[in-house]
Amino acid sequence: MAAGLVVVAALAAVPLVVARQDILNFLFLVLLSIALAQSWNIIAGYAGQVNLGHAAFFGLGALVTRTLWIAGTPVLIGMVAGALVAVGFALLIGGAAFRLRGAYFAIGTLALSEIFRITVGNTLAEISTLPQTTIATYRLANRYWLALALAALSVAAVAALARSRLGLGMQAIREDEDAAAATGVGALKLKLIALACSTGLAGLVGGCFAYYHISFYPSHLFSPGWTFDAVLMTFIGGVGTLHGPVLGAIFYVFFKEYLAIRWVDFHLLIFGTLFVAIVLLLPGGLVELMGKLRGLLENASLSSGERRPRPEHR
Amino acid sequence: MTIILQQLVLGVLIGGLYGLAAAGLSLIFGVMKVLNVAHGELIMLGGYGAFWLFALSGLDPFAALVVVIPVALIGGAILYWGLFGWVVRSHEETRIKNSLLIGFGLGLALHAAAVQLWTADERSITTAYAGTVLDLGGVSVPLVRLASLVVAFVLIGGLHVLLGRWRWGRAIRATADDWEAALMTGIDVRRAYLLAFAIGTALAGAAGTLVSVGYSISPSIGLEWTLKALIVVVLAGLGSMLGTFVGGLMLGVAEACSAMIFGGPYREVVGLVIFFVVLVARPQGLFAK
Repeated sequence: MAAGLVVVAALAAVPLVVARQDILNFLFLVLLSIALAQSWNIIAGYAGQVNLGHAAFFGLGALVTRTLWIAGTPVLIGMVAGALVAVGFALLIGGAAFRLRGAYFAIGTLALSEIFRITVGNTLAEISTLPQTTIATYRLANRYWLALALAALSVAAVAALARSRLGLGMQAIREDEDAAAATGVGALKLKLIALACSTGLAGLVGGCFAYYHISFYPSHLFSPGWTFDAVLMTFIGGVGTLHGPVLGAIFYVFFKEYLAIRWVDFHLLIFGTLFVAIVLLLPGGLVELMGKLRGLLENASLSSGERRPRPEHR
Repeated sequence: MTIILQQLVLGVLIGGLYGLAAAGLSLIFGVMKVLNVAHGELIMLGGYGAFWLFALSGLDPFAALVVVIPVALIGGAILYWGLFGWVVRSHEETRIKNSLLIGFGLGLALHAAAVQLWTADERSITTAYAGTVLDLGGVSVPLVRLASLVVAFVLIGGLHVLLGRWRWGRAIRATADDWEAALMTGIDVRRAYLLAFAIGTALAGAAGTLVSVGYSISPSIGLEWTLKALIVVVLAGLGSMLGTFVGGLMLGVAEACSAMIFGGPYREVVGLVIFFVVLVARPQGLFAK
């Protein structure tokens, strides 16, 4: 807790010390990615429901925020409105799909995001660019602090959730929904709460992106790439853990930028393959890997340093 | 009136391909309880296979099915051994979850690979008879699309017969109904999985070939086709190949109607509406056993 506050305070001071825009941009992307990954982690990692259309909620948050903000609404109010719209659509899908098991929720979210991508591409075909007056007064530091606040909020929310009764109920559903229901966990209600937290956060992240990015095609906001980013970062780090998405986001943004400099657009091929390998071979991600390495080191130091007689396994 | 009829006919024509796309997905899902969301990317690869066969050797796209289908069968077997065969070892809920994730990653990797290899351009096969249009009382029916519909129907009908008559077809159906019981009657369930996955992939390859003739392909069509196939599977339910085909036709017609009523840009929205209505009213699908 205290360590977390120190990290946030140190990060908050960065724009005051560092003047280089490229470094601030990079840190902004890392922070935004942490919040995006953490938002997917809530529904998939804790409540165990695979959402393949996270881009829909990111995109709705971004589109609503952008529209309201350009029309003159304060950006924070726009972001809240965007998050509410995202949660509204999420509850529609969740309310219909969560009553059933299996793949319905994944199909519903995937359908929502793809249909939004195509329909928004058809109806809002023109690029969305900030007005000249806004660009003239554009300050990256404001965007950076907003992303930092979102990243801190997402980590704090997951930390609080993991320990709360709600969070424990969600994890019980993830492990075995029938057993959870039998012990009195209201599965449908908890899944919907997890979904609302997850998509509301995704909507806020989308809003922050709309506040940050100078010009984009509206359909890009609903690109499956956003879903993939969130899923991949969470899995690289460790799905269903507090630190996993943070580690995953740092790792992913760093290597994505590195690869994008060398081979444009080649990173999806590499990361897609890496992701499949992680799901099959290392489903706990970096967090699991570090745990295993620590176990190995401890074993090694025990056997070589202290020369204790090892317990025999028979 | 003619305009409405024309739209409906075009809806039926593309609906046949939706049905074919969904048949492969439905077979794999029904038998293995594994949902391969990279199915659309497999369709895309099938389309490129037919496209390059035509572009490089001039092979007619309908004749190319004879090449594309066996290659896709082998490709499906390789995918099963390499990826999806690992997933079936876990119990049902984990199985679906992991297959969704793996399919999602695989789809993006295949999409990226296709962009690298063949650029992001849209392509389609233009045969000598591509422009031929049949005139049926004012309604024009493009010949290649009609032929595609017929081929799709023949393939699905063939699969229906195969699953009913062939020894391994019956084994596949038994595995779909209850794999534990199938195992106890001496059926090699793993082999049934492998066959179902390979046949499902072959159907995707065939669907891709037909898409590249009557319509167009590009590396990014994968997710759209996965979505169509998923909606047809939800609509039709599992268990009947002919039901899946009818479900495809219904989606095609529904899209055509939605385009006429709300305008072309909103034609996709009907898929979401179908998803909701089916989930609330009849979640096992219209044609499930």
